Amino acid sequence: MATNSLKKRKRSRITGTMINPTHFDKSQIKFILAVLPLAILMLLPIVYIACHAFKPYSELYAYPPKFFVKRPTLDNYISLFRLTSQAGVPLSRYLFNSLIQAAGVILISLFFGSLAAYSFVFCQYKGKKLLLSLNQLAIMFIPVAVAVPRYLVMSKLGLINNYASLIVPLVAIPVGVFLMKQFMDQIPKELVDASKVDGANKWQIYWNIVIPLIKPALCTVAILAFQSAWNNTEAANLYVNDESLKTLSYYFATMSLGSSSIAAQGMSAAATLIMFLPNLIFFLIVQDQVMNTMAYSGMK
Amino acid sequence: MINDKAVTKPKKKKQFKSDFLFALPYGVVFFVFVILLIFISIALSFTYYDTINVPRWVGFDNYVTLFTRDSEFMQYALPNTLKYGLIVGPCGYLLSFFMAWLLAQVTKPVRTALAVILYSPSLTSGVMMAVVWKVLFSGDSRGYLNALLINWGLISAPIQFLQTPGWIFGIMIFVGLWSSMSVGFLAMLSGILNINKELYEAAYIDGMKSKWQEIFYITIPSMKPQMLFGAVTAITGTFNASGMATTLSGSTPSPQYAGWLITDHMNDYGFGRYEMGYASAISVVLLLIVMLFYFVAKTLFTEKEQ
Repeated sequence: MATNSLKKRKRSRITGTMINPTHFDKSQIKFILAVLPLAILMLLPIVYIACHAFKPYSELYAYPPKFFVKRPTLDNYISLFRLTSQAGVPLSRYLFNSLIQAAGVILISLFFGSLAAYSFVFCQYKGKKLLLSLNQLAIMFIPVAVAVPRYLVMSKLGLINNYASLIVPLVAIPVGVFLMKQFMDQIPKELVDASKVDGANKWQIYWNIVIPLIKPALCTVAILAFQSAWNNTEAANLYVNDESLKTLSYYFATMSLGSSSIAAQGMSAAATLIMFLPNLIFFLIVQDQVMNTMAYSGMK
Repeated sequence: MINDKAVTKPKKKKQFKSDFLFALPYGVVFFVFVILLIFISIALSFTYYDTINVPRWVGFDNYVTLFTRDSEFMQYALPNTLKYGLIVGPCGYLLSFFMAWLLAQVTKPVRTALAVILYSPSLTSGVMMAVVWKVLFSGDSRGYLNALLINWGLISAPIQFLQTPGWIFGIMIFVGLWSSMSVGFLAMLSGILNINKELYEAAYIDGMKSKWQEIFYITIPSMKPQMLFGAVTAITGTFNASGMATTLSGSTPSPQYAGWLITDHMNDYGFGRYEMGYASAISVVLLLIVMLFYFVAKTLFTEKEQ
């Protein structure tokens, strides 16, 4: 009996009860130490951009090159702004276009996607199963592969040279619909039935009951949509000719391609940081919701 | 009550019809920008189309040319893509799983901080980060890696990282792995955290002895759905890569077609030479490769009915 309980204690020290611990314990140090080297390695390029973006010319030219910045300045940002004002279109215009693109993609993909997810979970209609399984399969669709027909369809639809051409091709996010559907599966059917009895119609159930309950999933899809729009260069590159409709990501991408001098490196680093930070900040704000949503991401 | 039902019945039937309207907006966008595009790709792949004249039916000519006469495709694009996919896909995936497993065993604040660090590379855009890689791996002595290696006395002359085919491909794989911990990683982390702890306890009472047994008999089987989701995001993330080699080397095509992927080949024919039919055939081949990877992952991680 005594040996049994001793064994049990020994077991519980090495078992999965250590998954998701609530308190810090010495035994966790080895796991942290195992992750830390890789985490540092992965962080280095990002720290490097952050440092490089604030280096004055003298440090950019320094030999041997220094990793960290000693006297941070905003010189790179100032020359970046000056460069764009020379080009005729101010940086703020590109930024504005990017924000319109991101906001459009987020709002439309959330609205259309959540409606479709709602119909998958709470409605009955012909072709539902087919659409659901096609959407499931399309999660592994890679947009790069169909750049050619996308370009042809965009020009046939007349979606060239306007804000719609920046937004529409990015609106279908199969993985987003999938995540929202999975999250809605967790909503107790009784809740929906009860409000049906109370006289709510399908639209009211969607708007008043389902939408407030799936906020974590909405946040997750919002950040996925934001990332795909914010980093996208294809739309501004192929579907828009008007310089005043180009986006920040496109401008920075083409700008960095053309330059190789060391002064341009500082500007490119500044641009990269400008592109990266919104992604990071957005993720930090919603990361709890994202983890919550990912709990239901399982595919069968 | 009975009366109520009798009244609502015909109304219900009407609702039945209108229900699909909820799916309609997404359905239309999804159909046009996913399904239709795939069908157009397949259809165009059997034609010659230069975007000006009407597509001309050529049968399997594009595919025959692709596999028999296009030496850049057979020698570089196809093997590079397969090699890249087979290395970055599974390695990035295993790395994601292993890191998720390690992180699941520490407290929440530490876990969140480390998870954000591991996830943040996937937030960067490939094109923008090319600047960083170019400076880190620059071929003159000013490049960080070269300066470091010279400083340590490991090499005497700088290595032309960005002009040497082997190095270009190596850097691509490094960059691919660097940014491989995306939503799939978060999904797996969340999956591990949500496994019922009693399963582990029961297994230890039944005689399970080690952490390894724990991983293979409890952790992975309990989170197969998340594992499949992780695998799918790993596949899409890997094959969505394009233009890395040309941005790194600064020339199109890259030196000796190093790191030249199917996507690069496709963009070259589609938007460089306006041979849309041929480019479509290339994209169909790519889609088939992605499907193949998907079905392998699916057979590995789907619950078998027993």
